[in-house]
Amino acid sequence: MTVARTMDTSNRVDAPARPEAIAAPAPFDWLLGLAIVALLGTAVRAIWFTPIEATQGAAQKILYVHASSAFVALYIAFALMALSSGVYLWLRDERADLLAESAAEVGLVFTSVVLVTGPIWGKEIWGTWWTWDARLTATLFLWFLIIVYLVLRSAVDDRAMRARYCAVLALMSAVLVPFIHLSVYMFRTLHPQPILLKPSAPSLPNEMLLTFLLAFGAMSLFCIALIRARFRIAVAQNALDEQDGAA
Amino acid sequence: MTTPSVVTPRTAAANPATPGDASNPGTLGSATPRDTTPRLPALVDATTRTVPGILAAALLIARKDLRIEFRTRSAFFSATVFALLSASIFYFSWDPTAVAASDLAPGVLWVIFTFSGLLGLHRSFGAESVDRAIDALLVSPVEREAIFLGKAIASLVFVLGVQVVAVPAVVLLYNVSLGSAWLAIAGVTVLAAVGLVAVGTLFSAMTVNTRLTELLLPMLSLPFFVPVVMGASQATTKLIAGRPTGEWIGWVELLAAFDLVFVAACTLAFPYTLER
Repeated sequence: MTVARTMDTSNRVDAPARPEAIAAPAPFDWLLGLAIVALLGTAVRAIWFTPIEATQGAAQKILYVHASSAFVALYIAFALMALSSGVYLWLRDERADLLAESAAEVGLVFTSVVLVTGPIWGKEIWGTWWTWDARLTATLFLWFLIIVYLVLRSAVDDRAMRARYCAVLALMSAVLVPFIHLSVYMFRTLHPQPILLKPSAPSLPNEMLLTFLLAFGAMSLFCIALIRARFRIAVAQNALDEQDGAA
Repeated sequence: MTTPSVVTPRTAAANPATPGDASNPGTLGSATPRDTTPRLPALVDATTRTVPGILAAALLIARKDLRIEFRTRSAFFSATVFALLSASIFYFSWDPTAVAASDLAPGVLWVIFTFSGLLGLHRSFGAESVDRAIDALLVSPVEREAIFLGKAIASLVFVLGVQVVAVPAVVLLYNVSLGSAWLAIAGVTVLAAVGLVAVGTLFSAMTVNTRLTELLLPMLSLPFFVPVVMGASQATTKLIAGRPTGEWIGWVELLAAFDLVFVAACTLAFPYTLER
């Protein structure tokens, strides 16, 4: 939907020259650059300088990507989407709506990464690509919820109405997630229990724990940098739309 | 089906005719001046901001919707026939020698429930968009919460009405013996219907103003129906199999919690969908 809008304005033959008021996005995003360097550094450490797990073998290393993506998708991107939706309904600041949109799109990317890396690990360790396990099902529905949110965005033309509707849907989704989590847990679970985020101390050798924590940090930084970059595009796009509307 | 929806709560308040009343054909001009004397004394003023006032207004709106439905019967018949047809089609979708019909019945029942419910929910605000009847509702002196509750109550009656036909049909067609579990299954049905209707009414109000209305309502609603369908079908399965209370009570509690949270959340969120 965003792609369509971007193409719409760039392909226009008689597009007016961009005035000074709308600043072009900076050619180099230092935060994104820093995040990519951190990710590459963590990858090097995870691949070459972290021991191979005794029973799972090399397949376990995908979890550095998988678990950290799952963490940022839910606790950064999705949480930010719900939070800024609430802020929008409260303050009616359009930037909050744009931030929610940015967080949703980036959240979709990370949830997709979780849903792709999970089955690759699952095929090796469980012997099956997919199983209707609680965490898998919950992640799948989180993915659906974000997609539905983005589809709703594309289906409403009026900007104020779109912002309100999407904010309501995002907040409802935030209320729903614990229910889906609970119901699928009551159904059944097969997924490994949490290793890091659990009440007792993490049960992991120190080298692996450090790599995991680095992966979480790098992935969080990457997520925030992506949302920031996407938010800047949304703000610029919004300003362009306004200018087109005024012209 | 289209014009009667113009009957606003205010006119309904002034003219609380019973369904089928010959003097009130439910058309655009139903509120004729000679009809203004209330035949039923109003116990609570529906225009006040108090809780009894909101409930009174909600009941008026629900009565208006149900009266329209009672006079046209189009959506109810469609939804019921749809439920019966689906039950018959599902029967041929698996090998009856491998899986007993009674094992499949709960799943079939709750999938049918979800989709036939969506038919009614789509109508809830779809009927108001014709001739912009929704504007008449919005200018009437009732709270937005009352509109939501009224619409939800009408949809609840609709969904439960379909279930009254669909549950016995599935029991008959799938050769299920309910035994003494029928009362508990009726309770599960009510709990599931409340959750379905709360979420569906909110999204019906939203999707009616979008492109892809017919497609968006199921898309938005179905993820929210996951805990409802899962809870209801698990509880029903256990109840039919005569399992001990401990095995199904958790699912009933899940349904009840879902109802409490989402009726409250949707009532609070609804006013945001109707700003002009």
